[in-house]
Amino acid sequence: MSTPTPDPASAAAADPAQHHPSAADLAASAANRELVDIEHLRGDDSPLSQEPVLTVSDLSIEYQVDPPVRAVRSASFQLRRGEVLGLAGESGCGKTTLAYGLNQLHRPPARIVEGSVTFHGQDGHDVDVLGLHGADLRAFHWSRIAMVFQGAMNSLNPVISVRAQLDDVFTTHRPEMSKAERLSRSRELLDLVGVDPDRIGAFAHELSGGMRQRVMIAMALALDPELMIMDEPTTALDVVVQREILQEILRLRHELGFAVIFITHDLPMLLEISDRIAVMRAGQIVELETAEELYFAPKHPYTRKLLGSFPSLTGDAGDFIRAGYSDEETR
Amino acid sequence: MTTLTAQNIHKTYTLRNGLRFSKLQAVKDVSFELTAGRTVALVGQSGSGKSTIAKLLMQLEHPTSGQLLLDGRPIGRRGAALTAYRDDVQMVFQDPFASLNPFHSIGHHLRRPLLLHGKATAKTVDARAAELLERVNLSPAASFLERRPHELSGGQRQRVAIARALAPGPKVLVADEPVSMLDVSVRLGVLNLLARLQREEQLAMLYITHDLATARHFSDEILVMYKGEVVERGAADDVILNPQAEFTRTLLKAAPEPGTNQRFLAEARRRGVPMPDHLAHREDQ
Repeated sequence: MSTPTPDPASAAAADPAQHHPSAADLAASAANRELVDIEHLRGDDSPLSQEPVLTVSDLSIEYQVDPPVRAVRSASFQLRRGEVLGLAGESGCGKTTLAYGLNQLHRPPARIVEGSVTFHGQDGHDVDVLGLHGADLRAFHWSRIAMVFQGAMNSLNPVISVRAQLDDVFTTHRPEMSKAERLSRSRELLDLVGVDPDRIGAFAHELSGGMRQRVMIAMALALDPELMIMDEPTTALDVVVQREILQEILRLRHELGFAVIFITHDLPMLLEISDRIAVMRAGQIVELETAEELYFAPKHPYTRKLLGSFPSLTGDAGDFIRAGYSDEETR
Repeated sequence: MTTLTAQNIHKTYTLRNGLRFSKLQAVKDVSFELTAGRTVALVGQSGSGKSTIAKLLMQLEHPTSGQLLLDGRPIGRRGAALTAYRDDVQMVFQDPFASLNPFHSIGHHLRRPLLLHGKATAKTVDARAAELLERVNLSPAASFLERRPHELSGGQRQRVAIARALAPGPKVLVADEPVSMLDVSVRLGVLNLLARLQREEQLAMLYITHDLATARHFSDEILVMYKGEVVERGAADDVILNPQAEFTRTLLKAAPEPGTNQRFLAEARRRGVPMPDHLAHREDQ
């Protein structure tokens, strides 16, 4: 690791942990967005399998305030290994509450009133997530399901270095690792997400928004989770940086084979990266379909409304807003 | 006809790191003209100098060199001349959650500029404030006047911010990412409102955004900024559909757009259907 690596992809290819020999090629083609998207999402080399990694049935979460608020109503879905599931909906529809409920991160007054969440581990054991408590839950968090939080750009601790924060993950979950092992694994992770490992001593304010986001993703990857929940991970970033981060996530998913639940209100973005998309409204999943089906044949009126909220960049709707106000003017 | 002209403006910030000083050129040699009834969009990445230009127009910062002209005359820098300038040039900020004071009612936010700019007297101010709210489609206005910002949704707050900007009767409106903090389902509503007001009032508008799609539909001219410089400018459709600068192409490529995505185009061929036009089915609010 002391020799400078000209291309992060070559380091990733040398990484014994990676499963796919085509990883280097994929990273090399990362500049070409169409190619990457298709290769990652479709076709025989997609890591998608029929084997489930998470089953959620009839999950309901309530905020026990007066009067109680049902933030999630009977959510049911199954997530397959290596799948990217998009979760779309506007603010306050329960997306984040659902994500927190999935790995028991919710805090009072939120309470799960019914339903079950089953995690199907790679080792063949099923875990009843809602039945976990104390040390078991602590061991489960991050190593099986990791999360990139909303506003992740600002969720790094400002007073300790990136190195100390990555170290913290290992000292908590892998106490048997030596200091040297922790350092080399941390550097490896930064390399994996495209941050120069020499920046390991940096503090959050010394990194750009995109780099902070990559560090957060590195931290979520630290324990090789089988599922990553990403809550609006790119909302605060501009489109160019957002594109780089999305490509990075899809590349890593391809190499490491984890499943992703991707939460955002940016439906055009979800359409590009997701295998399936769940549309949430007022706590309910109103439609759950493949990205193509949702785009070409949306069934629920709310899905249609959401799709209609985005002006097209290149389409022929050029006079849409202009037409919109001339209509308004005549009334 | 009101015109706000920026002539070769530069803005350089001096950065200090310990005892070392360095210079950051935030805006380099930018010129443009805002004329009544037209919208100019300013697009670019974070840190490209878009908001610095907004600050320069609002005189929250002053250009290092170059000048700003209102109707051909140098703009008023202080005192009564500055107040007069602020009568004519107003701004809508990005974040409606931060730009309204949580301690004050909506009525307070509208009465203050009306009184300060002499657009109403103590007697008429409530009626004028209510009128402003009606203009931004917040009705019944009377019930909104008494509410506080936390009782309103993001879209409603941004409408209040627009009403406040309109209070002094401006001729030029600077909108710095007016919808980026709002939910997607209300964005078009707010943009349509801005477009309608612009047309009714014949405002000269500067629309700052990183969303190329709305920039195209909403504005007449687009300036693409990269590291403080304008790298491309032209009619909105020309810039988006036929980009010349390398950076414009990068920006366009980065924007998620199912309509040009190979996977969706292939799916359309497989299904034997044209690409759907979801906007056509939109129920207007």
